Amino acid sequence: MDASSIFSLVLCAAIVGWIAWAAARRHEALAEGYRAHAVGAGAALVVLVPGLAGLWKFLTGLEFDTSIIPLDVWVDGAVDWLLLKVGDPLDQLNRWVVHKIGFFERFLHQSIAWPLLTLLFTGVAWHASRNFVVTVGVACAFLLIWSMALWKPTMQTLSLMSVSILVTVVFGLPLGILMSQSDRARSIMLPILDMMQTMPSFVYLIPVVMLLGLGNFAGVIATMIYAAPPLIRLTDLGIRLVDKEVMEAATSFGASRWQKLFNIQIPLALPNIMAGLNQSIMMALAMVVIASMIGVRGLGQEVLFGLQRQEPGTGFIAGLSIVLLAIVLDRITQSYGRRMETHRTVSH
Amino acid sequence: MGQIQISNVYKIFGPRPHNAIELVRGGMSKDDLLNETGHTIGVQDVTLTVEPGQCTVVMGLSGSGKSTLIRHINRLIDPTAGEIIVEGQDILALKGRELEDFRRRMMSMVFQRFGLFPHKTVIDNVAYGLDIKGGSRAEKRANRETARHWIGQVGLTGYEDQYPSQLSGGMQQRVGLARALATDADILLMDEAFSALDPLIRREMQDQLIELQDTLHKTIVFITHDLDEALRLGDTIAIMKDGAIEQIGTGEEILQRPQTEYVRRFVEDVNRGRVLTAGTVKLECSIVRQDTTPDEALRQLGEGGLRVTYVVDAEGRLVGAVTAASLRQGQRDDIPTVDSLAEAAPTATEDMVLEEVLPMTVGEDIPVAVLNENRELKGILPKDAIIRALAEEAQLTAEADR
Ligand SMILES: Nc1ncnc2c1ncn2[C@@H]1O[C@H](COP(=O)(O)OP(=O)(O)OP(=O)(O)O)[C@@H](O)[C@H]1O
Ligand SMILES: [Mg+2]
Repeated sequence: MDASSIFSLVLCAAIVGWIAWAAARRHEALAEGYRAHAVGAGAALVVLVPGLAGLWKFLTGLEFDTSIIPLDVWVDGAVDWLLLKVGDPLDQLNRWVVHKIGFFERFLHQSIAWPLLTLLFTGVAWHASRNFVVTVGVACAFLLIWSMALWKPTMQTLSLMSVSILVTVVFGLPLGILMSQSDRARSIMLPILDMMQTMPSFVYLIPVVMLLGLGNFAGVIATMIYAAPPLIRLTDLGIRLVDKEVMEAATSFGASRWQKLFNIQIPLALPNIMAGLNQSIMMALAMVVIASMIGVRGLGQEVLFGLQRQEPGTGFIAGLSIVLLAIVLDRITQSYGRRMETHRTVSH
Repeated sequence: MGQIQISNVYKIFGPRPHNAIELVRGGMSKDDLLNETGHTIGVQDVTLTVEPGQCTVVMGLSGSGKSTLIRHINRLIDPTAGEIIVEGQDILALKGRELEDFRRRMMSMVFQRFGLFPHKTVIDNVAYGLDIKGGSRAEKRANRETARHWIGQVGLTGYEDQYPSQLSGGMQQRVGLARALATDADILLMDEAFSALDPLIRREMQDQLIELQDTLHKTIVFITHDLDEALRLGDTIAIMKDGAIEQIGTGEEILQRPQTEYVRRFVEDVNRGRVLTAGTVKLECSIVRQDTTPDEALRQLGEGGLRVTYVVDAEGRLVGAVTAASLRQGQRDDIPTVDSLAEAAPTATEDMVLEEVLPMTVGEDIPVAVLNENRELKGILPKDAIIRALAEEAQLTAEADR
């Protein structure tokens, strides 16, 4: 055993010991006298003794391509196990969701649907923004999409989006609320959210496709994983940002936790929750092309066709439609968010 | 109704408050504790009795622990050690629903930055403490009526459907006050309720509180860092420094007999003329019954070396004042009793403040007579006694004289 491996082992033991000591010191019962030091020294020894013995044999027999921690094998095992255990009920759910999306889609494909839908979105845009330019812009966007003969794929994308966002809200809102209520839940959720946001989406597409097969359901789940974090984060943030004195006031009048949550915190967090929803929708739209690779039809698929057949025009108009859809949804949700901001703050 | 007994309460902020509390009990100062252990003293060894129906003011500079203390009373903060009894109930033993119930029934609070619910209208804000108790739709309607009544009481009729953001600061705090009064709780906690308001509005709000208190007789705990406000509102005043109470007493006690250097410096700048009353500063005087002869009266005056005596009737009520000169004149004119010689004297009641009494002495030879509510003579206020009381330095000598 060479000097450097002994050095690193000692360093390792020192770090473990130090962490144990620091943790013990925070604990009221262990903080007295030298108890915390004893805890630290004990923890360091636990690392040091077997480490020294084992390290020599282990390190000498090692090749570069041996994996010390075979995480990949474990993940494979976990997915296989999941497939075995929950494969069937998942399949049921899959069929149900696909059926729902299909129903949605079929309705949207009716020839009557397009003027109705254009009118509906224009109306919603007016209701949200009370702004002439925004309203006319929304109507024009829909007309443009229709006149480029992309109505059908756009509606496919829109229905997948709607279901994904619905699922995102159903899961994201309670998770965000949970995070805001408990610091422990928050400290567990934060790294998971970081992972959801930074993990390249292809990585989780593999198990999602294995578990759910190709198609819309897999698309919904993949989109949700990608799109949920902003909603969860901003729900948590919005609730935590509610003025401390306002919360004290509610508490001082004897409000219960639920009364505070539903009467005060969530209403006051709505502008932030709305901003989170807006972000989530934008993220979901960014997933459209990737989702097309796991068999989701719609605008993403058109882009993919353009790429495969080397037709830049096809790709461009599909991309343009995605952008238009994004702008429409963004303006509508933002306007609602802004409307909610009135009477949410007081200045003195 | 509404007695609060706080006993030996400590609150230490930091990771290991129970270790730090031993150091504090051992006499470590707030600064030392912070430097050596990183713990902050919020409140230390506070014992305070809040009498029902009275306004108890807690006063101190920024960071002295006033907010921390008042938040113990409705348990927005839990103490590190000590006992808090409200109406015979140990409130530290309350948990969950019991605590919520206690807060709903027993007390309400007014906040420095108002703490209004920005997404609710004025009437919904005021009804909040009532709505939260739940109840049928009819009860909710009754709550609106109660809320409307209190909005009227604080002079905001017509603003029921506005949002807090549409009101000025003074109006917002009126809403805060109405919200606290609407619950009909016996105890009212006010944490620097008027500090964020400008002086004029502030004075108005103080008047309003005094006026309301005349009919409501709530048990009020009022926090302020303003001595004038404390003296206007407080039946009892507690002065805090570094989390500990330095002195408790009535406003006049604290002005007249500051027990520590800190309190003395605190009260230095106050306008004493607005606080000291004729009753506390008055001196004793010579009195004669109205049926006394001028001879007898003169003899009494001669013994004391005095210039003026006061004539009272059989019940001790003031008739007037006589000077030595007019008594001698009466002797010469063979007047039988002194009452016909008495001339009108300036009078003040015991609860008048010196600022009100001082103008009466201008161009007046006879010292002001101090009467109680039955017009019985209790003492006198010569001009120089008033001036001595107003000038703080002379205070101690005046004290010694008596
Ligand atoms: N949550 C907290 N954590 C740590 N320290 C605190 C906390 N709350 C208050 N303190 C400390 O306790 C002490 C008393 O604070 P407190 O807010 O009660 O003062 P105050 O008398 O109300 O002052 P002000 O007039 O500025 O409102 C201060 O030194 C403050 O730093
Ligand atoms: Mg304060």
